[in-house]
Amino acid sequence: MHYESELREPLILGDKTYHQITEDICRPIEGKANKWWWIAFTIASAALLWWIISVSYTVGTGLGVWGLNKTVGWAWDITNFVWWVGIGHAGTLISAILLLFRQKWRLSINRSAEAMTIFAVICAASFIVSHMGRPWVAYWPLPLPNQFGSLWVNFNSPLVWDVFAISTYFSVSLVFWYSGLIPDFAAVRDRAKTKASKFWYTILSFGWTGTAKNWQRFEELSLVLAGLSTPLVLSVHSVVSMDFATSVIPGWHTTIFPPYFVAGAIFSGFAMVQTLLIITRKVLNMEDYITIYHIDMMNRIILLTGSIVGVAYLTEFFIAWYSGVEYEQYAFINRATGPYWWAYWSMMTCNVITPQLFWSSKLRTSVFATFIISIFVNIGMWFERFVIIVTSLHRDYVPSSWAMYHPTWVEVGIFIGSLGLFFVPFLLFTRFFPVIAMSELKTIVKSSSSQAKKKGADNHGH
Amino acid sequence: MATKKVYGIFEDDDVVLEAVKTLRAKKYNVVDVISPFPIHGMDPALGLKRTRLSICTFLYGITGTSLAFLMMYYMNIFDWPMDIGGKPSFAFYKNMPAFIPVTFEFTVLCAAHGMAITFFLRSKILPGVEPHVIDDRMADDRFVMTIEAATGAEAEDAKAAMTAMGALYTKD
Repeated sequence: MHYESELREPLILGDKTYHQITEDICRPIEGKANKWWWIAFTIASAALLWWIISVSYTVGTGLGVWGLNKTVGWAWDITNFVWWVGIGHAGTLISAILLLFRQKWRLSINRSAEAMTIFAVICAASFIVSHMGRPWVAYWPLPLPNQFGSLWVNFNSPLVWDVFAISTYFSVSLVFWYSGLIPDFAAVRDRAKTKASKFWYTILSFGWTGTAKNWQRFEELSLVLAGLSTPLVLSVHSVVSMDFATSVIPGWHTTIFPPYFVAGAIFSGFAMVQTLLIITRKVLNMEDYITIYHIDMMNRIILLTGSIVGVAYLTEFFIAWYSGVEYEQYAFINRATGPYWWAYWSMMTCNVITPQLFWSSKLRTSVFATFIISIFVNIGMWFERFVIIVTSLHRDYVPSSWAMYHPTWVEVGIFIGSLGLFFVPFLLFTRFFPVIAMSELKTIVKSSSSQAKKKGADNHGH
Repeated sequence: MATKKVYGIFEDDDVVLEAVKTLRAKKYNVVDVISPFPIHGMDPALGLKRTRLSICTFLYGITGTSLAFLMMYYMNIFDWPMDIGGKPSFAFYKNMPAFIPVTFEFTVLCAAHGMAITFFLRSKILPGVEPHVIDDRMADDRFVMTIEAATGAEAEDAKAAMTAMGALYTKD
C-alpha cells in the first residue's frame, strides 16, 4: 500500500468509498438532464445548424463567398484550424505527458480533456476540408495511385506532413481515449437498469470484465500509448507551424515557430479545459473530484506556457530588428502599428498580460477569476493566429497589391458554427459517457483522498 | 480432468491481495482476480508473466518506419522525381531530412494502432463479446477471486478458505 504525506493537497474531497465514486460519476448518465443542459444543447444545436448552412453555402457556391482576396489567401479558415488544433493539445498533455510524469492530479480531468481533444481536432479538420473549396477532392493530399500521370504528392511539403500529422494525431487520440473508457463502460453496463442501456453499454464495453491479465495489458497499453502520444503531440503543432515557417513570407519565416506554437497550443488548450471544466464540475456536481487544487495546477501551467508565449513574441521582434532585413522589420512594425494594430494589441493583452495575474495565488484558486482569465486566453490565442496569418499576408512585397481582409457572414457563420460542432458532441459526451476516469481514480482513493489523509494523520498520532 | 471454478467476492483490494498471497502459499490454484481497477502488486502475487505487448508494438513501429521510407523513396525518388524550387528529389539520402516528419508520424500510427488491435484481440475484448459477469459490482467496488479446484471436495475447501480470508460470499 502507498502512503502519501498529509501535507500534500488531497485530490478527492469528502468521504468517498469506491462505490460512492461509481455512484457520483454514473449519476449524470443514469439521471435525466437538467434545464441548464437542455439550454446549452439547444444553443449548441442552433450553432451547429448555422455551421451546416454556412459550409453548404460555401461548397455549393464556391470560396468567393468568403472575404479572401488575391493578397490575403488564408484568413479565418486557417486561423480557426490552428486555434482548434491547439486547443486539442491540452488533452494529450494531460493524459499522456502528465502520465509519464506520474502527476496524479491528471486523473480527475484526463477523460474530459481527451474528449475535448477529439472534438477540437474534428473542428480543425472541418476547416481544412471546407477551405479546399472542392471538398470532394479532399483525398488528393493522400499518396494514392492515380491517373494524373501517377502524380504523387510531394513529401518535401509541410502541407503533406500535416495530413499525416493530423490524421495520426486524431486516430491515436481516439484509440487512447476509447481504450481508457472501456473499463468505465463496463461499470455503467453492470449497473444498467433498462434493457436499452444494458444493450448499448455491453457493445461499448467490448465485453470487458477486468481480469488480472487484462489489467496488466491495459496498463501497458496506457503507458506505451502515452509514450507514443507525447512526441506525437509535440510533432503535430511543430508541423502545423512549419506550414508557415518553411515559407518565405516575412513574419512567417521564423525558426522559433515550432516550440513557440507548441507552447501556445498548450496554453490555449488549458484555458479551454478550464472554461469547460469549471462549468462541467458545477453542473454535474463534481466539485469533490475536480477541486480547487486541480484548477490551481492547471493555472500554473497556463502561467508557464503563457510566459513562454510572451517571450516568443518579444524574441520575434528582437530578431526582426537584429536580422537587418527591412521586409522582416516592416512586417513586425506593421503588426504592431499598422491597420491591424487592434488585433495585435488584443493578442498582447490577452496572452501576455492576463496570464501574469496568476502569480497571485488568490486569483489562481478563485473559480470566478480563472473562468474570466481562461476566456481572455481563448480570445487572445485566436487573435494570435489571426495576427500571424493576416498581418503577414496583407502587405506583401509589392505595395500595389496591398489589401485589407474583411470576413463575410459566411466565415463568421462557419467559425461560430464550429463552436456548435464542438459543443454538441461534448454535451452528449457529458450525458452518455463517464466524464471522469473512475477506474483510474479509484487507484488513488487510499493514498490521495482527504479521508485517507485524515486516517493517516490519526494513525501517526500527530 | 474436469476442473471446477469457484469464486470468492471480496470488498477491499488490500484484503484480496493478502488473500491471494496466503492462499497461493497454501497451494490453492488461484487463477485470477477480477477487479474494478488495476491492483498494484497483483501480477507478481498471481505469478503473471510480463506482457509482451510492447515487444509487438516495437515491431509494428519499425514496420511503419520501413514502409514510410519505402513509400517515399518509390513515389518521390524512383517513380516520379520532381524538381521543385531548384531542390531536386534525385537522391534518397539528400531528401531524407524532409522525409522525417512523415516517417515519424507513420511509425507512431502503425505502432499505436497495431498495439491497440493486438490488445483487443489478445484480451478477447471486442464489440459484441458477452461479458461473464460474476457479481454486478465487480466493475464498481468488488473483487472476484477465482480458484480452480480438481474435485467437488476441493472446491468446498477453497470456498471455506476464501471466506476465512475475508470474502463477503462465495459462489460456484
